[in-house]
Amino acid sequence: MATAPSLLHLGSLMGGVRSVDQVAVEERAASLGKRSIKKGSKVWALELAIRMMDLTTLEGADTPGKVAALCGKAIRPDPTDHSVPSVAAVCLYPSLIAHAVQHLRGTSVKVASVATAFPSGQTFTTVKVTETREAVAAGADEIDMVIDRGAFLSGGYQKVYDEIVRIKEACGSAHLKVILETGELGSYDNVRRASVLAMAAGADFIKTSTGKIQPAATPAVTLVMMEAIRDFHRETGRSVGLKAAGGIRTAKQAVQYLVVLYETLGPDWMTPDRFRLGASSLLNDVLMQLAKEKTGAYQSGDYFTID
Amino acid sequence: MAITKRSSTALAAHRFEYEPAPEAIDHVSIAPRYGLFIGGKFVEPRSGKWFPTINPATEEPLSEVAEALKADVDRAVVAAASAQESWGRLKPSRRARYIFRISRLLQERSRELAVVESLDGGKPIKESRDVDVPLAAAHFFYYAGWADKLEWAFPNRRPRPVGVCGQIIPWNFPLLMLAWKIAPALAAGNAVVLKPAETTPLTALLFAEICQQADLPPGVVNIITGAGKTGSLLVTHPDVKKVAFTGSTEVGKLIQKAVAGTGKHLSLELGGKAANIVFDDAPLDQAVEGIINGIFFNQGHVCCAGSRLLVQESVAELLLAKLRDRVDTLRVGDPLDKNTDVGAINSRAQLEKIQGLVESGLEEGADIYQPPCELPAKGFWFPPTIFTNVSQSHRIAREEIFGPVLSVLTFRTPAEAVEKANNTPYGLSAGVWTEKGSRILWMTERLRAGVVWANTYNRFDPTSPFGGYKESGFGREGGLHGLLPYLGLN
Repeated sequence: MATAPSLLHLGSLMGGVRSVDQVAVEERAASLGKRSIKKGSKVWALELAIRMMDLTTLEGADTPGKVAALCGKAIRPDPTDHSVPSVAAVCLYPSLIAHAVQHLRGTSVKVASVATAFPSGQTFTTVKVTETREAVAAGADEIDMVIDRGAFLSGGYQKVYDEIVRIKEACGSAHLKVILETGELGSYDNVRRASVLAMAAGADFIKTSTGKIQPAATPAVTLVMMEAIRDFHRETGRSVGLKAAGGIRTAKQAVQYLVVLYETLGPDWMTPDRFRLGASSLLNDVLMQLAKEKTGAYQSGDYFTID
Repeated sequence: MAITKRSSTALAAHRFEYEPAPEAIDHVSIAPRYGLFIGGKFVEPRSGKWFPTINPATEEPLSEVAEALKADVDRAVVAAASAQESWGRLKPSRRARYIFRISRLLQERSRELAVVESLDGGKPIKESRDVDVPLAAAHFFYYAGWADKLEWAFPNRRPRPVGVCGQIIPWNFPLLMLAWKIAPALAAGNAVVLKPAETTPLTALLFAEICQQADLPPGVVNIITGAGKTGSLLVTHPDVKKVAFTGSTEVGKLIQKAVAGTGKHLSLELGGKAANIVFDDAPLDQAVEGIINGIFFNQGHVCCAGSRLLVQESVAELLLAKLRDRVDTLRVGDPLDKNTDVGAINSRAQLEKIQGLVESGLEEGADIYQPPCELPAKGFWFPPTIFTNVSQSHRIAREEIFGPVLSVLTFRTPAEAVEKANNTPYGLSAGVWTEKGSRILWMTERLRAGVVWANTYNRFDPTSPFGGYKESGFGREGGLHGLLPYLGLN
């Protein structure tokens, strides 16, 4: 027999998830992209971008040697300038966690691993849970899972929700970032819906993309997720972090993301605990811009170590 | 639901301070003095009188301009009348060529025009750079295209120019309003005498230089400066066949009285007290952007500003919380800083008017919210302001404030929204925010406003007619309709 829904459920049933106007949100993101960030504020933002970076390698060809090099770069991005901070984390496939742990021991750099049959997520939930558990056991501090887009797009929200809950359990004390893969969701309304769903299921972070699908992160899609985070915080008091990943290659783009973040979620989110930039080729452009701000001249790419 | 404010001290380390990012002004030269632009030349005023124009952000004088009185207005109208005869007979495609040339020159000199617009008027450089100047150029491009197609615009009629047009424009969008006035007038074969507002004459005078650069035949465009007296002389001049005015309803009424019975053509674009209506199913975060844009764009010095927010009661609390958070992020200050969102109030007189109306709001019992923001010591400034608990009878809900002041009212049903929105002597514009297309159409059928924006606000395009109902005036500017006031049709 049907029972009356609790007040909590009634509220969410009546309220629904807020819709998003595509034209207006893209306009807002573009207008924030016109902020002019100069001198001291630029240096501050660039250093923060480094501290927020998840330095990433997610290739079939990754080897222990590649991971060793990446970890070196993560700890000391610019060997010629010790004032440049370490990045937040390295992000890699589960099979390489143990190597990264070995190189990063004793540093502030965290080990983040993708899991749950990244990037497609098209496997059995039990396999995803096992993969997550093993990744944590191998030493991952952070797990970047993908949602089941197939289930989401066919309306199986409960399945998506339950899976996130189970992965969160499997994470234990490791932080869980939930990748929405916004490039496959088709609309900002869906991005917002998936954000709410992931946060409600227990995500510590929500993340835009795997980086394997175009479009990946855009300022507009990130803005939509920030607005969802802001409303979730307003309703529940819980602060969820955000990771923008994929397609962020230049220092200028990175600063733009920080502007959108600052003017949407405010100073509380201007920390690596609540915002990350997932990128593989961004770091050296940021270093180049930092060196330019400090010395007044652009250096050639050969003056920055490739990894 | 309580609004939790961020504690500022603990988070100072995370604060993203933007360094000043001033627009370069070294490429701009403003002459110490500008005469009247009559017959293709800058001439000394016969009145012998001059007055200063100041930068409202610093109160420092920028230049001195002439005050045109009777002899000067006569001279300008005579110059226009003699130029109009040949201009009106010129092959239309050649007229178009001059107008296209003007648009290209506006684009070429856009950086300079944007800086001068912000210096003289106080508006943020990002608006003059991204909105005012590009739109002004777009208007000339658009009407240049009509110049040789008038017979196709009005089939089976014989369009002919009306003669000399006396045009008076306001201080809120000096160059853009000039474009709205001059572009269709020239395309239709008229000559014009235009008077910019006394607080913002400089871009019109730069435009005079552009007319010279474009080799426009002398006398087709004449720019005379001065205040209300100059305007009244222009409007009442017997050889002015067409009067176009954008400004306050008060002055609009005086002009209508003055031209009554003279046979002059008249179009008026006057004040407004637009309702921006937000339904409970609206995309709220984007509606907040629209509300901000509606009332704080150009410091609220916009005749179609969304100065009354009508919000459905079921989402009022949430929307207002979001709105307050957003207002807190507005950057008020130096108009020439590229990151400034809200610039200086245009004049001391306007600032006093805003202050007076805000005081009346407090006296009548509305609740005020102003974000914490430091205003510069010199110049004319007013912080972004939101009034809640406002009722229809309050002065701040009825009178045009023309400043960064929003009055928030609530409604329960669509019918009540329409009733409240229409309950004003004005009828220039309105905004509707809802996900439901059918409701947008239902609302636009019933709103008595010249422009209704759906899920957006303050969007302008040369192809779209703009103008009002009731005390917001008559006649349309922009689009095909914008040609009508400048043509006689046989």
